[in-house]
Amino acid sequence: MNALAAADSGSAPVEQIDLRREFNEVGIGEVLDQLDRELIGLKPVKTRIREIASLLLIERIRKRMGLTSEVPTLHMSFTGNPGTGKTTVALRIASILHKLGFVRRGQVVSVTRDELVGQYIGHTAPKTKEILKKAMGGVLFIDEAYYLHRPDNERDYGQEAIEILLQVMESQREDLVVILAGYGDRMDKFFASNPGFRSRIAHHIDFPDYADDELFAIADLMLGEMNYKFTPDARDAFVRYIALRKTQPLFSNARSIRNALDRIRLRQANRLVADLDRVLTADDIMSIEPSDVLASRVFGAIQNP
Amino acid sequence: MRVTQGCFSFLPDLTDEQISRQVQYCLGHGWAVNIEFTDDPHPRNNFWEMWGLPMFDLRDAAGVLMELNECRKVYGDRYIRLSAFDSSHGWESVRISFIVNRPKQEPGFRLERHEVNGRNIRYTTKSYAVDRPEGQRYGGS
Repeated sequence: MNALAAADSGSAPVEQIDLRREFNEVGIGEVLDQLDRELIGLKPVKTRIREIASLLLIERIRKRMGLTSEVPTLHMSFTGNPGTGKTTVALRIASILHKLGFVRRGQVVSVTRDELVGQYIGHTAPKTKEILKKAMGGVLFIDEAYYLHRPDNERDYGQEAIEILLQVMESQREDLVVILAGYGDRMDKFFASNPGFRSRIAHHIDFPDYADDELFAIADLMLGEMNYKFTPDARDAFVRYIALRKTQPLFSNARSIRNALDRIRLRQANRLVADLDRVLTADDIMSIEPSDVLASRVFGAIQNP
Repeated sequence: MRVTQGCFSFLPDLTDEQISRQVQYCLGHGWAVNIEFTDDPHPRNNFWEMWGLPMFDLRDAAGVLMELNECRKVYGDRYIRLSAFDSSHGWESVRISFIVNRPKQEPGFRLERHEVNGRNIRYTTKSYAVDRPEGQRYGGS
C-alpha cells in the first residue's frame, strides 16, 4: 500500500490531493491569519488577497496534477490614500507569493521614480535594468508610480523606464512580480495615459480609508507594540483627537496616527521628567494620561480658530 | 580546436538551466557576478571586456541571465564568460569563472618557432583568429 502511494507521488501526475494538507504544508494559512490579526480594517483588500492566495494554491495543485495552464499574471496595482497600508500589504504579498512558490526568493525591492529614471540621455535604461535585476525572483514595489509619467514634458526619461518595465513585466512574468502603488485619482490618470500598464496588471486593489474605530484600534495596537497604554480618560481623549484630526488637512490615516503617538510619547516623557522628585513605577512609565493627548495642537485649533 | 579555460570547460557547453544554477550558487555566497567577452582566445589574454558593471546585490540568477542574453544578442559570435568576485576579507578575488558562450568555429592555435642566438628556438602560440582585425575574427560584422 505504502509502496503504491510512494510511486504515485513521483513525477507522474497525481490523481488526488488532500487540500487541507496542501494548505498546511504551504503555510499560507499562518500568513493570512497574521494579516487578519495585524492589519486592521481593509476588508476588500483582505478578501482580494485571500482570493489570490486561493487561486495560487489551486494553480499549484493543478500543476502537480499535470493540468497545464499559463502562469497567472500577478502584477498588481494598489491605490488608496496616504497611510492606508499599501507598503505593508506589499510586504505580506511577497511572503505569500514566496510560500506558494510563485516568486523564488521573496524579497521586496521598494523604489520610487528617483531609482528608476536617470538624469541624462542613456542613464535611464541601465538604472532601470539594475533595479529590475535586483528585484528578480521577488517583488518590485514602485511607490507613487504616477511620477514615472510626466505628461507635461514629452522628453522626460520616465517614458523610457516605463517601456523597459512593460517589456520585462511581459516577458519575465515568472521571474518578477511588479506592484504599483499610489493615490487613487493620480493612478487613474497614469493608467489612462499608459494603457499598456493597465492591461498588464491583473489585480487592481483599492485601499479604503479607515473608519474612526479602526484608527483607534490601530493606535491601540501600535501602543501595545511600544509597551505603552492609554488610561481610560486618555482613551476618550484620543477618540476625540481622531475625530478632530480627520477633519483637518493633510490627514494621512495610519501614518498620522503614528505621528500623533510619537508626539504623545514626547509629551509624556516631558511630563515625567518635569517632576524629578517622584518615584516612578512601571505603570507610570507605561501610562498615557489625558493631558498628554489634550495638549495637542489639534485641540487648540478648535479653541482659537 | 575547442578553447578550454576556466571551470567546466572540458564538459559539454552548459545549458541556460545549468548556467543559472551555477550563478545561483555564486549569488548564494554573496559574490558579485560579472559578464565579460572577448574575441582574443589566447590563454594569456587577461583583459576581457566587461559587459556592464559587476552585478552586486542580486538575489536571483534570472537577472544575470537577462544580461547574458542581452550580451549574446550583441556579441554572440565571441567568447563570453561569467566570473564571480568574492569581496569578503581574505579572499578579495575571483572565485569562479566559466565560459558560457563560444564562437561556432574555433580555428585554434598555431605554434610559432622563433630562431634566436644561433640555433636556439623559442616557441610561442598564436591564435589563428587574431590574424584578422578585432570584431571580424569569428565571422561577425
